[in-house]
Amino acid sequence: MPADLISEPGFALRGSLAVIAGWLVVGFLGLLRPHSLRFVGRLLFPLGAGAGIVLFFISLATIQAPPQALVLPLGLPDLPFHVRTDALSAFFLLLLGAGAAGISMFAAGYFRPGEGTSPGLLCLQYHVFLASMALVMLADDAYLFMVAWEMMALSSYFLVTSQHRLPEIRRAGFLYLLIAHLGALAILLAFGVLQAGQGDYTFASMRASQPGALWASITFFLAFLGFGAKAGIVPLHVWLPEAHPAAPSPVSAMMSAVMLKTAIYGLLRLTYDLLGVQLWWWGVVALAVGLLTMLYGVLFAAVQTDMKRLLAYSSIENVGSIVTGFGLSLVFHGYGLHLMAALALTAALYHCLNHAFFKSLLFLSTGHVLHATGSRNLGKLGGLIHRMPWLACLTLVGVLGIAALPPLNGFVSEWLLLQAFLFSPGLPNTYLIMLIPLAAAAVVLSAALGAYVMVKFYGVIFLGHPREEKLKDAHDAGPWELAGLAWLALPCLLLGVFPVAAIVALSPAVEVLVPASLAPSLAGSNGWYLTPIAPERASYAPFLFLCVILLAVLLTWLLVKRFYHGRLRRTDAWDCGFPGVSARMQDTAEGFGQPIRQIFEAFFRTERHLPTAFDERPRYYLNVEDRLWHWLYLPVAAAVGRLSAMISVLQRGRIHLYLLYSFATLLLLLVFVR
Amino acid sequence: MSWPDALSALASQALQLVVAAALGPLYLGWVNQWRAWLQNRKAPPLIQPYCNLVKLFHKDAVIASNASPLFRAAPYAVFGCMLLALSIVPVLATDLPFAQAADVIALVGVLALARVFQALAAMDIGTAFGTLGARREMLVSFLAEPALLMVFFTASLISQSTGLTTIVETLAHRAFAIYPSLAFAAVAFVMVLLAENARIPVDNPATHLELTMIHEAMVLEYSARHLALVEWAASLKLMVYTTIGIALFVPWGIAPAGQWLQVPVALAALVAKLALAGFGLALIETVSAKMRVFRVPEYLGTAFLLAVLGMLTLLLLGA
Repeated sequence: MPADLISEPGFALRGSLAVIAGWLVVGFLGLLRPHSLRFVGRLLFPLGAGAGIVLFFISLATIQAPPQALVLPLGLPDLPFHVRTDALSAFFLLLLGAGAAGISMFAAGYFRPGEGTSPGLLCLQYHVFLASMALVMLADDAYLFMVAWEMMALSSYFLVTSQHRLPEIRRAGFLYLLIAHLGALAILLAFGVLQAGQGDYTFASMRASQPGALWASITFFLAFLGFGAKAGIVPLHVWLPEAHPAAPSPVSAMMSAVMLKTAIYGLLRLTYDLLGVQLWWWGVVALAVGLLTMLYGVLFAAVQTDMKRLLAYSSIENVGSIVTGFGLSLVFHGYGLHLMAALALTAALYHCLNHAFFKSLLFLSTGHVLHATGSRNLGKLGGLIHRMPWLACLTLVGVLGIAALPPLNGFVSEWLLLQAFLFSPGLPNTYLIMLIPLAAAAVVLSAALGAYVMVKFYGVIFLGHPREEKLKDAHDAGPWELAGLAWLALPCLLLGVFPVAAIVALSPAVEVLVPASLAPSLAGSNGWYLTPIAPERASYAPFLFLCVILLAVLLTWLLVKRFYHGRLRRTDAWDCGFPGVSARMQDTAEGFGQPIRQIFEAFFRTERHLPTAFDERPRYYLNVEDRLWHWLYLPVAAAVGRLSAMISVLQRGRIHLYLLYSFATLLLLLVFVR
Repeated sequence: MSWPDALSALASQALQLVVAAALGPLYLGWVNQWRAWLQNRKAPPLIQPYCNLVKLFHKDAVIASNASPLFRAAPYAVFGCMLLALSIVPVLATDLPFAQAADVIALVGVLALARVFQALAAMDIGTAFGTLGARREMLVSFLAEPALLMVFFTASLISQSTGLTTIVETLAHRAFAIYPSLAFAAVAFVMVLLAENARIPVDNPATHLELTMIHEAMVLEYSARHLALVEWAASLKLMVYTTIGIALFVPWGIAPAGQWLQVPVALAALVAKLALAGFGLALIETVSAKMRVFRVPEYLGTAFLLAVLGMLTLLLLGA
């Protein structure tokens, strides 16, 4: 890209808008031949992926550029759409572009005939979904923001219910739509408070308004509720494990990898950019909610037996980790410790980026497993590493990344977050000094549990013996799918090994939010060592790390090969001499989750039926449920039901009664108007 | 850094890596000897672990027919991780170029990486034992990790650094001070060390009793050179943990950067400390009984509480 083109004012903004328009065009083209898999899959989706790559490069080039704004000749009269890019939206657009490129590439090879909605219609919904997410990140007034936000919710609702003939999928879709709208209402109210009766819905005027502590707090908590519902923080997370398994895999990947991040974007934008004040105790609340979400997500992930539900709960965990970083930054920021706040925010943003890549990689990989085997149930898989070595290899990268193992990307954000926790003794509040290190222990616990979950996920799907006969016919992913997965796996490695370059590149996004960033302290190091504040405090050099491990492995291998013969025999497994090993003897997903279920019994509502010796037809089942359903959702639903029954007394179906109601209402209103 | 300094640092790095890697099995032999003596048994020779390794290296490897490349790669990966961990922990001198590559948090990450590879390899064959061992290993580790991190946090709050060499330099070469917080942390650390290294009371490395084993269950399917690497790596892991303990709680004697004359002193100090640590380990293992697996959460919960107490002591008393 020529440099003068980038520096031209408005280039980034126009480029991003062009990509959005391109996505919409691609989507509508899908309606031309809605049933042609070749046309939609092999032509339109790669085009969409190309647009994603363009968006990725535009955002990468302009993350360092000054903000650009534009008023579009669209919208209502006197209420035009305002759009704007700054480093923060460029960062999230970059995430969207890169994620969309990989996921669309995978989707190009993913479609099979005869599944729910026709491919052409899916193509339209999918690309509208992409375009609306990009618009959310570009919006510079509350009006466009809400329009794009609702477009995003609706298009994703249709994508979730693409197999709408199944009742449980319709139920999942309803739950998703319900919680999405509760969230949207809260966000709308937050904007309403922020514009403070001026009638000017642009973000610029909101930035200028200076609400008092009370109104600022109300706005923050409304926004936290609203964006939290979209991001899936506890207790508003229940739609995630229902909607993700219902949706087609590329859609689950897109929702988890990018859509949850739009909520994080909104939260950051509103809290740090639009609100004039930030109070430290908001951060404490966000931190507590983040930690709870994190632990809750990972505990439930550990006991799942459905691949996609497991990944959905793992998304809840990751969102919890991002919110934890956000909360910590808010605490530091509230006390004026800007550098520490920048450190915690960097950890949160880095985790957004990481999660976009490894979670979409894992969702797509389960999508292929689902297609190749027809089963989502972990109890029916196993041994797939022999049938699909490439997929297994790429998935391993994602698994190691999400398990927060060095030298992959998940570890970098966890490391940064823990470093941020270690700065808590600098806070001027004794209680926080005591409590925040304990929060770090919760972070470590959930990271270690995350590794447990991922060993279970990978081990049960890819390792061991195939648990079903039909798995012997499974085949590896096709070239489009592998290309998409490789596109997503590469950043997992690069972000893990070269974190310094990545953090310096994303530091303008942090500077939008807090008046500090890690870039100056990293500029002093030579680029290999990640030293967030000062080299003597902490340092981490993943590239060196990788080199030393590889060198050690290579050296060991060469030495063993050089000095000892390399003879190898293959035979049956030894298994302590027990004969007749069968695939049914391996641990199932339930077995692997059993210790967690036992140790953290209080979290789960377990229903178990054990067969007795006298049963004619012995049957075993185990059902692990979320307690929150029974503690929160079902009571609320019942209360709504009762309330509706009471109100329905008014509804008698007689015209004169309704006229009476109207008359009474009018009278009442007249009283108020006076 | 000038060339002579860099060379000196590299030499120090190489020396301590070789010393630690070679001492690992010897240390294990020493622990085993003391265990035998304390239990009124006739002890195996001190070099028994080396003999085992040599024997294993000379055998033909036999692996299960459905083993994937992951299974064969895992021992190398685990061994490589342990070598990296050993090159980060200051054993003889704090003059370590590789130590910059990772602080204590990353060190926990390296150990976790090795563990995950081991657990995945255990699930690869698809036997009941392998998956059982993998599950239990991951169980013990996720309970142990928060306690371990709290211990490290306590030490790093004292020295304002998470780099191990900086922690050692702060604790060993400052004016002598007693930190009550570190006493709590040390107890917690020893408990975690026992759990993570498959020692009694959490695991018994000497049995093949299906119901009790953790580490052994994971490596049952390995043979010959693969088993040798796994066993060697296990002894190195014990060495890594012990030397971390030495670095955090009794760091005196470790040579500061560039002082080659102090290295022999450091070596002598190291051997003496390891000898004491080995005796202590054998003593603990002899006087305690193996727990049920579901008692392990209580045990590690205690370790975590002690570590938290240590940290709170530090924050409250400033020492």
